[in-house]
Amino acid sequence: MSTELDNLYQEIILDHYKNPHHKGLRVPFESEVHHVNPTCGDEVTLRVHLAQGPQGTVVEDVSYDAVGCSISQASASVLTDLVIGKPVDEAMQIHQTFLELMQGKGQITPDEDVLEDGIAFAGVAKFPARVKCALLSWMAWKDATAQARTEPQGDPHV
Amino acid sequence: MEGLLPDLDVIRKDFPILERTLAGGQPLVYLDSANTSQKPQIVIDTMVDHLERHNANIARAMHQLGAESTEAYEAARDKVAAFLNAPSRNEIVFTKNATEALNLLARTIELGPGDNVVITEMEHHSNIVSWQLACERAGAELRWFGLTDDGRLDLGNADQLIDEHTKVVAFTWVSNMLGTINPVADLAARARAFGALSVVDASQAAPQLPVDVQAVDCDFLVFTGHKVCGPTGIGVLWGREALLNELPPFHGGGEMIETVTMARSTYAKAPHRFEAGTPPIVEAVGLGAAVDYLGHIGLEPIHAHEQAITAYALEGLQSIPGLTVMGPVDATQRGGAISFELAEVHPHDIAQVLDSRGVAVRAGHHCAKPAHARFGVQSSTRMSSYLYTTPAEIDALVEALHHTRAYFKVG
Repeated sequence: MSTELDNLYQEIILDHYKNPHHKGLRVPFESEVHHVNPTCGDEVTLRVHLAQGPQGTVVEDVSYDAVGCSISQASASVLTDLVIGKPVDEAMQIHQTFLELMQGKGQITPDEDVLEDGIAFAGVAKFPARVKCALLSWMAWKDATAQARTEPQGDPHV
Repeated sequence: MEGLLPDLDVIRKDFPILERTLAGGQPLVYLDSANTSQKPQIVIDTMVDHLERHNANIARAMHQLGAESTEAYEAARDKVAAFLNAPSRNEIVFTKNATEALNLLARTIELGPGDNVVITEMEHHSNIVSWQLACERAGAELRWFGLTDDGRLDLGNADQLIDEHTKVVAFTWVSNMLGTINPVADLAARARAFGALSVVDASQAAPQLPVDVQAVDCDFLVFTGHKVCGPTGIGVLWGREALLNELPPFHGGGEMIETVTMARSTYAKAPHRFEAGTPPIVEAVGLGAAVDYLGHIGLEPIHAHEQAITAYALEGLQSIPGLTVMGPVDATQRGGAISFELAEVHPHDIAQVLDSRGVAVRAGHHCAKPAHARFGVQSSTRMSSYLYTTPAEIDALVEALHHTRAYFKVG
């Protein structure tokens, strides 16, 4: 019983919850989205800043302001660690891998090389009510990134 | 402990689910009755018996089963009328739930530009959104009573809010989040003084207080079956008979008509006017058994039990460091739902740790986002007791909350 709970609340998750990475809203950014979990009221405002690198478009920054439970807060923190500095296509792949882990009902063994601290969320997949918490910021990021990519190449919000 | 139901052990045996254990062999500590109540064996048996022995459509089947089914359905209407002390059985309309009953009213009460509807900041979303939609359709204005810092209705500006243009004053009897018991008879009288219709949401009141529509002297009152030990899928709209018969139909269909031609139709009187289509028959029969069950125990003793448990819970909760109770802290002024915050732990995480110890509570905004916003919080944890709740279950909650603080290394 408490092992199930410990599976959910891995130390890594609680660490990210207490000391979230990359938190706060920053400029510049090309797109900003606001996502809510209507069931519990958790909210995230998330900004994406893309930049052109030698290998194509890169996720230059992801900044966010969020209120919510430990799972949703830690998940946002881990997301930023994983995607900032990555080419957008690779970041989208990581997103897909995390999504599959969350929707895998606890049957998927996560790849630490891809998901790093994100593997700590494997236990969340066994709690259907909490999967939405873990995915809140990831869905917001995907939405914001898609918007940033379709934005006409003008000046970013600074 | 003073006020507890004398036969609490016997009452608990009426609810088979209370015997079950959860993962890890944990006994169930069910403190989510404001969300939905558990069902006594008599309700389960009555519904099973109806399905096994009397099932037929009602008012349409010219055979013995049809007659039995119709009789059981209409008997449920009589039981609900008695439960509310309604002057006439024709005033009891069966709906899907309280939300549908409120939407029925918001859809059928005529509003126009210049009219206003007055609600309160502590309403459940069903008593907010339905009136927002109605006011948007009609070009009417939506107004609301604010709340005081201790979670009561702020009636200071009542004379400005309710005026000669007010058509409806809709308010909850007992708040599902703050637990506050509102002065419903006073509000109904204020509405009437300006010729406005009063609508009482008794979803949280009907389970735990004696409800007497004649004493409240309101125009309409709604509640839902599943919070009064009945099944889901059945709710009740009570309204003054003359008013119900003045309202236009809500849904068109079978059973709500007098006659139909291809050109036009005429409509039945209440209650059938508002019961288009095959209704939730077995659910109504189950609700009838549920209100009979509550009536047998007595709403006064149930209310006393709730107050005793609530007082005990308020005391226990407030002994936990960093815990803040939202709403009135005097048990005599409130219902059995207690929402609270625990410093540094999110309600979702609290509920998860409590669940691992078998303690079932609700976490979130409880369909009352404006009331949460009023107190500057996004969500809360809510425990809610009922006639089967024991002091030992409150002890288990308090102990599990101490454990939650330790688990998240708070303090």
